[in-house]
Amino acid sequence: MDWLFFGEISLAGLAMGGLYALIALGFVIIYKATRVINFAIGEIMMFAAYLFLAFAGGMEMSPWVALPLAVLGGSLLGGVIEKVMIRPMLGESSISVVMVTIGIASILVGLVELVWGADPQLLPGFLPRKPVFIGEMYLAPKIAYGFLIGAALLVVYLLYFRFSRGGVALRATASDQAAAYSMGINVRRVFNLAWVFGSLAASLAGVLVAATGGLSPQFGAIGLSVLVVVIVGGLDSILGALIAGVFIGWLETVAGAYLGGEYRMPATFAVLAAILVLRPYGLFGTHEIERV
Amino acid sequence: MRIGDAKQSYEADEAIWTSSTQKVWFSLFLVGLLVFPFMADAYLLYLGCMVGIAVISTTGLNILTGFTGLISLGQAGFMGVGGYTVAWLSMNTALPFPITLLLAGLLAAAVGILVGLPSLRVKGLYLAIATLAASVFLHFIFAEWESVTGGMGGLSLDPAHLFGLTFQSDFAMYFIIVPLAVLMVFGATNIFRTRTGRAFIAIRDRDISAEILGINLLRYKLMSFALSSFYAGVAGGLFAYFYRVVTPESFPLSMSIFYLAAVIVGGMGNLLGGILGAAFMTLIPEALKLLTAALTPFYPNAPIFMSPMLEIIFGALIVGFLIFEPHGLAEIWHRIRRFFSLWPFKN
Repeated sequence: MDWLFFGEISLAGLAMGGLYALIALGFVIIYKATRVINFAIGEIMMFAAYLFLAFAGGMEMSPWVALPLAVLGGSLLGGVIEKVMIRPMLGESSISVVMVTIGIASILVGLVELVWGADPQLLPGFLPRKPVFIGEMYLAPKIAYGFLIGAALLVVYLLYFRFSRGGVALRATASDQAAAYSMGINVRRVFNLAWVFGSLAASLAGVLVAATGGLSPQFGAIGLSVLVVVIVGGLDSILGALIAGVFIGWLETVAGAYLGGEYRMPATFAVLAAILVLRPYGLFGTHEIERV
Repeated sequence: MRIGDAKQSYEADEAIWTSSTQKVWFSLFLVGLLVFPFMADAYLLYLGCMVGIAVISTTGLNILTGFTGLISLGQAGFMGVGGYTVAWLSMNTALPFPITLLLAGLLAAAVGILVGLPSLRVKGLYLAIATLAASVFLHFIFAEWESVTGGMGGLSLDPAHLFGLTFQSDFAMYFIIVPLAVLMVFGATNIFRTRTGRAFIAIRDRDISAEILGINLLRYKLMSFALSSFYAGVAGGLFAYFYRVVTPESFPLSMSIFYLAAVIVGGMGNLLGGILGAAFMTLIPEALKLLTAALTPFYPNAPIFMSPMLEIIFGALIVGFLIFEPHGLAEIWHRIRRFFSLWPFKN
């Protein structure tokens, strides 16, 4: 076995996993606050990445201006989706809400195709091109710097939710809506903010992933990998999202490198199936107790 | 409720046909179905067959999702099992189509039971994701088990045959697909008049309460999975006979979502809704195609916009129905019927 090769693959996988963790964090924020499983998260990422393409490629802005703008656009989209399409579904069965997000995903794919066409596109390069070596191991610079930017936002998020007023409001709403409401927390605003923050994380990750792997209307399929991550980690666990994100990213890349690209999905879904059978609520998820 | 239609017994209350008007209309509908292929051109015939296949599969998914409350994202995978079974059997044996379709349904049902096993431990969206995992594995098997499934190239098969007759044209296939669809919808109607069907509904409404009432959850959930995948398997088999080629890409994940959408747009837990939804969702793309063809002389770019517009309409239909008409087309249909049964006394 070639350990150097294994190390390089693992490193790339772990870096990819860091971005998965960021997307999964966005997913978990939305789920924790509003109990909505967002199947459209991959498409929100895609939308932000196309916005970046429009700003940096079409309008020739500096990438460092286009990046925040695109991320802002993606998070605004999340807020609008919540206001217009998710809010009316409050109190409906979870299956209906999930189908609404699937519908939204389809609408976004169609819109993107309408505006930017169906062909794959390359994002203008904005990350440094100097190869990164860790010890002897080579790591593609796009992946390395993408990981660093993603990790930075991840840390900001964790601190924000731990210490800020908004973060406390969000956690309070997640643990008990009625109690939070009676303590004067504006629950409706929290729902909206959760979608904005969740989409923000996803949007940043979307631009970074698209910068390494290219962009097409099928980009949203990455949402399926993220779904695996959050189920394995536990739908309502931030810690779970981080650990499972890194692990699934690593597994996917290693399986792809050693067994071939067609094994990427089955490998991660095998882990998913095992988790569903052994620990149905994920590694760190809350086990819900049901009463009649 | 019709005037002068008081029920005197439970039998009358549970009957499928509650009035003679219904019988007349249904007979007319059947005659219409029978006459249709002789009047229709090739394109309409093709649409009729597509709708028939979609009706069978949607009815199956309706049993599972609409009546038992178990969400499945694996319908396309189960259809694939049926399709590949029929394809393999027609290449390697000389069995006539009723047997191959039956075997396709049974094999799909067996796979369905296997996929349904986690349903005792997980439910709701977790279960949906378990079925999603199943469809990923099935797709992988279709693509990689080359000695049986032919890999990415897929299999092409001979036309369906019975007693020396071959069913090659759409016209001939219509007479397999549509009677089978009517039969299977009729079967589903009857399931929900028995203990089994009532148990499904009880599980949907509140599974813990159903268990307390003495319904064996695992058994009935698996039964629902088996029935639903049986329908999917038969639909997949017909799909294979109709197109005479199956590849892994014939049964993509988007197809599972298509059938879920058909169930929702039609009306969950309503067999009539499933039929309306299947027909509606199958015909929407065709309507859009016609519209595009009509617009092309004025806007030469119209064909480019068709596929994205289809995605948008598809999504908007799902979102729109869920927000504004959660009971689907079936509810609209009932409103229309109520209007006519009260007309002209109301307003």
